Amino acid sequence: MTGRPAASHVTAERTARRHHRRGRRLAGGIAGATLGVVLLIWTLLPVYNMVLIALDDEGDEFTGSLWPQDPSFASFRAVMTQDHWYLENFWHQFGNSIFLGVATMVITVVVGSLASFAIGRMRLRRGRLIGDVALLTYMLPTAILVIPYVHIMHVYGLSDSLWAPIAAYVAFATPYAVLILHQYGKLLPMELDECARIDGASPVQIYLRIYLPLMTPALVAVGVYALLLAWNDYLYQFMLLSSTRNMTVAAAIDQFFDSDEAPWNYMMAAALVYCLPPIAIYFALRRFMAFDRVRT
Amino acid sequence: MSSAQPRRPGRRFRLQGSETAWAIAFVVPYAAVFVAFVAYPVVFGLWMGSRPALYSLLFSDPRYIDTLVNTLLFVCIGVNVKMFLAFLVSGFFMQRGWWVRALLVVFLLPWALPALSVFLSIHYMLVSQWGLLDSLWSAVTGADGPLFLVSRSLAMAANILAYIWKWLPFWTLIFLSARLAIPKEIYEAAAIDGATGIQQTVHVTFPLMANVYLVATLLSTLWTLGDFPTVHFVSSGAPARTTDVLATYGIHEAFGFGRPALGAAAMMSALPLVIPIIVLLMRRLHRTGVQL
Repeated sequence: MTGRPAASHVTAERTARRHHRRGRRLAGGIAGATLGVVLLIWTLLPVYNMVLIALDDEGDEFTGSLWPQDPSFASFRAVMTQDHWYLENFWHQFGNSIFLGVATMVITVVVGSLASFAIGRMRLRRGRLIGDVALLTYMLPTAILVIPYVHIMHVYGLSDSLWAPIAAYVAFATPYAVLILHQYGKLLPMELDECARIDGASPVQIYLRIYLPLMTPALVAVGVYALLLAWNDYLYQFMLLSSTRNMTVAAAIDQFFDSDEAPWNYMMAAALVYCLPPIAIYFALRRFMAFDRVRT
Repeated sequence: MSSAQPRRPGRRFRLQGSETAWAIAFVVPYAAVFVAFVAYPVVFGLWMGSRPALYSLLFSDPRYIDTLVNTLLFVCIGVNVKMFLAFLVSGFFMQRGWWVRALLVVFLLPWALPALSVFLSIHYMLVSQWGLLDSLWSAVTGADGPLFLVSRSLAMAANILAYIWKWLPFWTLIFLSARLAIPKEIYEAAAIDGATGIQQTVHVTFPLMANVYLVATLLSTLWTLGDFPTVHFVSSGAPARTTDVLATYGIHEAFGFGRPALGAAAMMSALPLVIPIIVLLMRRLHRTGVQL
């Protein structure tokens, strides 16, 4: 010991430093975990509230507890069997919602991919103009157009038709489709198209046999975007659909929002069921959705 | 009878001509959708709200003035707080570990959920005396919770918080991908020079993300100016329609009171803010090449 004071001093300092570092790492870990728990509670609170209210068997009287005291699936059963005047057409309307979402998705993918093919692969003159038009539309706050839309759909004879909101969502989703597909298409070498052209392929064949198969990931991303846009918006559905038979779930739920007659637990159960398709899509196609909208 | 020589350029020309025809045919569906369902509504809306008398009518309505103030508060506070939080939270999600990745999956969930369902849930949390927030409040403090939708400022705060809840995940994802695009070597060099974590954030991350941050903020400002669902469901204008924003005010005037022209005019009154931002954003995107 006495022979090597310097060495022991160094070891002690090293140990102290290591302890210090470990202490800091521990503190950082605790801070990180705390932040994680806060984010988790923040994110799940409204979702948990939906479940809590939906599991209550009384429509308007709450026990005021943090846990479901006497969980009952009555409201979910009511949604399943349409066992309430306000849920009378629930599954029909759910079908309408699916039709709306799928039609928006298909038309957006077709129209968007055709336009982006023409701009990017066929080097259409003034193709840039179309890109700018798409960008401009993409930036618009769409709600400000809903009042003229109601009038315009009268002009087109589409009042109370599911095609009215479909047209609106296609108009709002295609700009994003054109932009993303154009951007993704730049990753594909032009030589592919040129080779096919030398072999005598027509533009339609190049579009169908080369462009579409190679663009599949981007097409899925754009399709999911359009589907969720149509499913998650409700303003245009609520404004453009008026009869119970033609309404979607979103429009129907909103219709009862202001009236005090609709029992909350049924409203929340219906709203939760309405959440299930986007949740399923989110978990299934998460990696395609990570196609970001702003990139450097 | 013509020789083969001059026919060839003619054929090539015709081929190119047919290619152009195809290209135009491919663009026609999009152009038609744009003209019929974007350009026409925009022009029609401008025409509906074009009478100057409508604007003097609007400005004589004290509720409209309140609405303007609310919209500015909602957009300025909502967008900026959301963006700054997204910047910070995206830093948190840069950490490694399975639990961080699992948390990210849950954290992004609000983005995928329908606004209708979640804002309805938040509305019920606020409006009821026995709602979840009230229960939480009394579990923590022992007293009854505040009545959110009776005070204008609390109701506005609730709107803004609900808005942040819904849209924070999406912008966090945007910033997360921007952070991932920054080369690790820059941080290593900074660490060798002795930069601490905070210094790295201020002097490395932020300057490199400034452009994305600005574009994201401008874009989000545009979208938030037309935000309807948040206020419609969360406060639904309560108390006594003092928490309306332009979108809810316009639609309420147009369809609640049957004054579509006035509603359209109210919506169009956002244009003095929308148009400069669009011009700024277009210029920025063309100059810096940030891709959307």
